[in-house]
Amino acid sequence: MAMSDETMTGGASGSAKAAPVPKGRAAAAGGKSTLGQAVFVILLLGALALPFIFKNFTIFQMTMLMVYAIAILGLNLLTGINGQFSLGHGAFYAVGAYTAAIMMENLGIGYVWTLPVAGILCFVVGFLFGLPALRLEGIYLALATFALAVATPQFLKLTPFEHWTGGVQGIVIIKPDAPFGLDAVLNADQWLYFFTLAVGLFLYWLARNLVRSRTGRALMAIRDNPIAARSMGVNTSVYKATAFGISAMFTGIAGCLGAIVIQFVAPDSFTFALSVAILVGLVIGGVGWLPGALLGAAFIVFIPNVAEEISKGLAGAFYGFFLIAVIYLAPQGAGGLLRALVAKLGR
Amino acid sequence: MELFIQQIVAGVATGAIYACVALAVVMIYQAIHHLNFAQGEMAMFSTYIAWQMLQWGLPYWVVFPLVILVSFVGGFAIERIVFKPIENAPVLSHIVIFIALFAIFNSFAGFIWDFTIKAVPSPFGDGPLWEGAMIGKHQAGMIGVTLIVLLLLWGFFTFTRVGLAMRAAAVNPESARLVGIRVSMMTALGWGMASAIGAVAGMLIAPVVFLEPNMMLSILLYGFAGAVLGGLTSPLGAVIGGFIVGVVENLAGTYIPVIGGELKLPIALFLIVAVLLVKPAGLLGRRVVQRV
Repeated sequence: MAMSDETMTGGASGSAKAAPVPKGRAAAAGGKSTLGQAVFVILLLGALALPFIFKNFTIFQMTMLMVYAIAILGLNLLTGINGQFSLGHGAFYAVGAYTAAIMMENLGIGYVWTLPVAGILCFVVGFLFGLPALRLEGIYLALATFALAVATPQFLKLTPFEHWTGGVQGIVIIKPDAPFGLDAVLNADQWLYFFTLAVGLFLYWLARNLVRSRTGRALMAIRDNPIAARSMGVNTSVYKATAFGISAMFTGIAGCLGAIVIQFVAPDSFTFALSVAILVGLVIGGVGWLPGALLGAAFIVFIPNVAEEISKGLAGAFYGFFLIAVIYLAPQGAGGLLRALVAKLGR
Repeated sequence: MELFIQQIVAGVATGAIYACVALAVVMIYQAIHHLNFAQGEMAMFSTYIAWQMLQWGLPYWVVFPLVILVSFVGGFAIERIVFKPIENAPVLSHIVIFIALFAIFNSFAGFIWDFTIKAVPSPFGDGPLWEGAMIGKHQAGMIGVTLIVLLLLWGFFTFTRVGLAMRAAAVNPESARLVGIRVSMMTALGWGMASAIGAVAGMLIAPVVFLEPNMMLSILLYGFAGAVLGGLTSPLGAVIGGFIVGVVENLAGTYIPVIGGELKLPIALFLIVAVLLVKPAGLLGRRVVQRV
């Protein structure tokens, strides 16, 4: 078990080991962050230029990529940072999506306001689900969240809510135009792209700061050794439930954006497959490495198309084999590979 | 009152399905202390193999043992090939591999046999058990087979050396290894048996729900609920749990107006969470005490 903990948290424990040597660590961190900053600036410039180069469908795909990246970021905070599993994040995505749809189409509220409401609502739902989850560890938590994921489409179809949720038919959303006279320059797709990009950057900034804060350290301590964390005075139940809430909030906001971008919500868009996709993205990108969310999202947006082109109906099998290969060859996902590469080049 | 009894009998009949799946879940749990999320898809795949053999014109009672054998070998092979190399990997890796297997089986079944619904014949025949009986021939057969499987398992674990070795390997791998039991072989055996029981479950279920690649997802959830309710460490508990889940599901569908006939999955979610919170060991399970 000791060994497995090591592999699970390899990235974090690597930096923890360097801690007693402040000089070396500062130098390493400095070198890493300049490289990281350079990559970040290049990516950002590319992202800003993209909508003016490509066609609308590509813009739509890239917007969805960012949406999934936010959802994966949420799951990463829970699994990668706090060490709790979830096979049911599709449920929180669904809550966010339905919040957007109901607020925009039934209540006529502007789409911008749906984001904070979806975030708060999902935080509450996630926190409440996190409370019983406190008593569940490992596979039991996986089981409870698996049940949540499988039951989600049926929850959304329940007749008492049909007036709001539209039942099986779902809700169609009208795509918002760019505001402040920007619609002269940007079409709706381009505007949504920039809007999602801004929200995504903000949320990434939040997540990064959270991980680096006192709270983040407490969350990681719980992941690495819950008993030691508790002995150190970390209130594990509050932190774990809060981690669930925050994670659900991120994923819920992603769902909210996703609904606006796709312009449609229906129960059958939020099946177990969605939860699986978010988990796959997390594992591919690298558990515990926040920027991995982008790579993971790119995988779940583009690979199914590629797989379908190779052979119809085999997308699932392709997913599966790729996952097994990643667990065997690169258990820390793309993040682990990149880190290894940087370490090699830096030497 | 008659409706009530009718619903309970119907619940017991569906419960037999869940009991069978729960039994397979418990088998795997005994062997590796994991819940196999691909269990349902493996059973579905076995059932497709059975359907294919029936299409080729083989008689049912030849197909039945043959598919059980194939599934046993398949389960054994999966453990050897896929799980042996990651024995000591963290829980998340195992869960991810289960999900991967889930996707692979689901996708291959759709690829090979396409997604149209297929009817599988019942070996017990159609119609009620006797004139005016509340329970059908197939349902009665299903309950009978489940109980026979349970009895065989009990006999296997109680009276055979291999069964004893498997129990030892599950309870205390290290000591078992010291007395000369090949623990990893026992794990593979557990996989094979779970896969075989899953195949039985699949073949019994298919005449009721029709064969299609996604048929097992919700049934697996009920199977999990049954296994958790009865206790993940007890085969008898799993069977009882499965029957209880079947009855509760039917009664709730009849008497709670919100739920209605089709939308019963939230009940399984509720059951699982409630049992895990109130009595995590289940009805008949052993409490696992961990030394720190």
